[in-house]
Amino acid sequence: MRNQPPLSLHIPAPHARPGEKPDFSYLTFPEPGAARRPHILTPEAEMRDMPYSLIRVLAEDGRAIGPWAPHVAPETLRRGLRAMMLTRFFDDRMFAAHHQGKTSFYMKSTGEEATAAAPSLALLPGDMCFPTYRMVSFLMARDYPLANLVNQIFSNAADPMRGRQLPLLYSARDYGFYSLAGNVGSRFGHAVGWAMASAYKNDDKIAMAFVGDGTTAEGNFHEAMVFASVYHAPVILCVTNNQWAISSYQGIAGGEETTFAARGIGYGLPGLRVDGNDFLAVYAATQWAAERARANHGATLIEFVTYRVAGHSTNDDPSRYRPSDEARAWPLGDPIERLKAHLIALGEWSEAQHEALARALHEEVRAAAKAGEALGTLGQNPPPKREMFEHVFKTPDWRNLEQRRECEVAP
Amino acid sequence: MSEVKQLNVVQAINQALHDAMAADPKVLVLGEEVGDKQEGGVMGVTKGLSTAFGERVRSTPISEQAIIGAAIGASLGGYRPVAEIMLMNFIAVPMDMITNHAAKLRFMSGGQTNVPIVIRTMTGVGFSTGGQHSDYLEAWFAHTAGIKVVAPSNPDDAYGLMRAAIEDDDPVLFIENLPTYWTPGPVSFQKVKLGQAKVALEGTDATVVAHSRMVVEALAAAKTLATEGISLEVVDLRTISPWDRATVLASAAKTGRAVVVHEAVKQFGIGAEIAAVIGEELWGKLKAPVQRLGGAFAPVPFSRPLEAAFAPTAADIAAAVRKAVTA
Ligand SMILES: Cc1ncc(C[n+]2csc(CCOP(=O)(O)OP(=O)(O)O)c2C)c(N)n1
Ligand SMILES: [Mg+2]
Repeated sequence: MRNQPPLSLHIPAPHARPGEKPDFSYLTFPEPGAARRPHILTPEAEMRDMPYSLIRVLAEDGRAIGPWAPHVAPETLRRGLRAMMLTRFFDDRMFAAHHQGKTSFYMKSTGEEATAAAPSLALLPGDMCFPTYRMVSFLMARDYPLANLVNQIFSNAADPMRGRQLPLLYSARDYGFYSLAGNVGSRFGHAVGWAMASAYKNDDKIAMAFVGDGTTAEGNFHEAMVFASVYHAPVILCVTNNQWAISSYQGIAGGEETTFAARGIGYGLPGLRVDGNDFLAVYAATQWAAERARANHGATLIEFVTYRVAGHSTNDDPSRYRPSDEARAWPLGDPIERLKAHLIALGEWSEAQHEALARALHEEVRAAAKAGEALGTLGQNPPPKREMFEHVFKTPDWRNLEQRRECEVAP
Repeated sequence: MSEVKQLNVVQAINQALHDAMAADPKVLVLGEEVGDKQEGGVMGVTKGLSTAFGERVRSTPISEQAIIGAAIGASLGGYRPVAEIMLMNFIAVPMDMITNHAAKLRFMSGGQTNVPIVIRTMTGVGFSTGGQHSDYLEAWFAHTAGIKVVAPSNPDDAYGLMRAAIEDDDPVLFIENLPTYWTPGPVSFQKVKLGQAKVALEGTDATVVAHSRMVVEALAAAKTLATEGISLEVVDLRTISPWDRATVLASAAKTGRAVVVHEAVKQFGIGAEIAAVIGEELWGKLKAPVQRLGGAFAPVPFSRPLEAAFAPTAADIAAAVRKAVTA
């Protein structure tokens, strides 16, 4: 017998379970303005501290401080604020619509709105985003028609996906928003390939892709990073660490041992760790990585540290696995409140304006939902059956045609 | 090119890739070891391409998910990538990329996005490469809506199908057969429309439906049977998905007897589908039950003598046809 304890395994467990006091002591948060900002052409080897730091710009009092404070026109900030508020109202309305049986499924992005709204405005026309399902604020920032979202969510005859895809797995290629898939992580590789094609064309367009903290455990995440690293692909690879993957806390994906941004180190990719609830920090980090990619210095891995305030989806009850007041204890605040405070501190916004905008957006969402309801909600006025037999191939072959006939669907 | 040349399958596919890349600057080639610095592919199918077309040919890391993922992404960026998966068994690694994404993107994006990629891969028994390097897995893909599957049996079709596959606006899986690689034959440099079978040999007594190397075995069986006074018709599917139902049914109706043969495992193989359709459509007109021949329900063994017993042979096919004719 060895004079040692027997072997045992470590099983990561969340720091607080239901009924316990929320505990985020496992995360360390440097002060806003504290993180250094390396020049965009800095070799990766000279910034291996960055994945363990945290890029924060917005101070408690709403001021933008430190080297990462970006130069953003107040008008752009107001657009970002609008997109995040619209997303919040929209999510609430559609979540409620699920309870009313108007849709089969919904997922909210509450608390994470900045991680998609800011990149949407920081990227340039022609760039391509390969998003996750929790990024509708990207589309909101680009004035994507609410009707398209609502009709897909209600699965009526005007659904742009024609009844073939889940509610909220949108495709909006013309808005720089690639088709969403239910299979997590599958888009990282597509983004790298798209970026390689862009470079091959000698174009100046870049790709930006997202996965969640839980999804970093997928092989696709790692294979895509190999390609991005080997070819210096002009792509920004992002991990939205919202602390939870359904009911598994981020430690299950290996977040206890190191940061997700530090995953880049093994691939020689710069890793930035960013306050994901700080619109300005997200914007600045996106711009930094975008400039680096456009300067032909390749890919960057960014971790956005944020918190999933709502349940995973309409099928999930987070009170079963985490303290009910955990969201309120989240140390990085609310992205909407923080950007609002900043705009007010700049003298570019006011409580009265904010209230007026909230009323207007609330009404916009209500009107879009009503219009969608008039066209039909789940089970009413569905897309025509023939849609099942189209777009399987460019031209239907005898198999599609015959099955269409068997289903007695008119051509 | 209008003249006919003698080429083997490797040379024919190589020429097809050359011609497609010369004809369309959007055609790219990527995969493990495909560049000339890496010998132009393990079997030399991509030899000379990187020398001729430079950056358009890329030897990649050993990352099958990223290879197919990147091909999908590049196709979204306007290209027509030809991605190589070194051996067909390795296709299990990027299966999600192929069946959930490449095959479904057009449908599930409401028609916004299509994926004009070709996935080249090779396989086949006969080289003692064992059960993780020799499987025919066409049924996995024929079972998936949204991807086409092609498997040539000879150099002429290998050229023509490759050209057509690259021009197709949907994803195409192109299965090459290792043991047929070095058999020379005339190549006419004509594109072969996908979805069209070919009557490789006309006959009157029975029909064998086959693809890839099993066509070669069927033609050998036909020679033997001819000496016995049995006239065999051989239909080479060429495209497995969509398969050419009209040609198969016309032949089976004419001869009244059908044997469907493939190297892949018989159970749940494409032969089951084809045999079922022949039965459904020609019930009452057939002179014998439709038979299926396929590989053993076991992983392909390594040992040469064991491996030799795995897949149907010309003798097996001849025996099945005799059984049909005397039924
Ligand atoms: C390949 C695959 N495996 C599993 C799932 C089921 N699933 C859907 S979402 C999810 C959790 C993902 O968590 P994370 O990556 O942290 O993203 P988040 O939901 O927090 O935004 C899982 C396991 C899936 N959709 N796809
Ligand atoms: Mg998560």
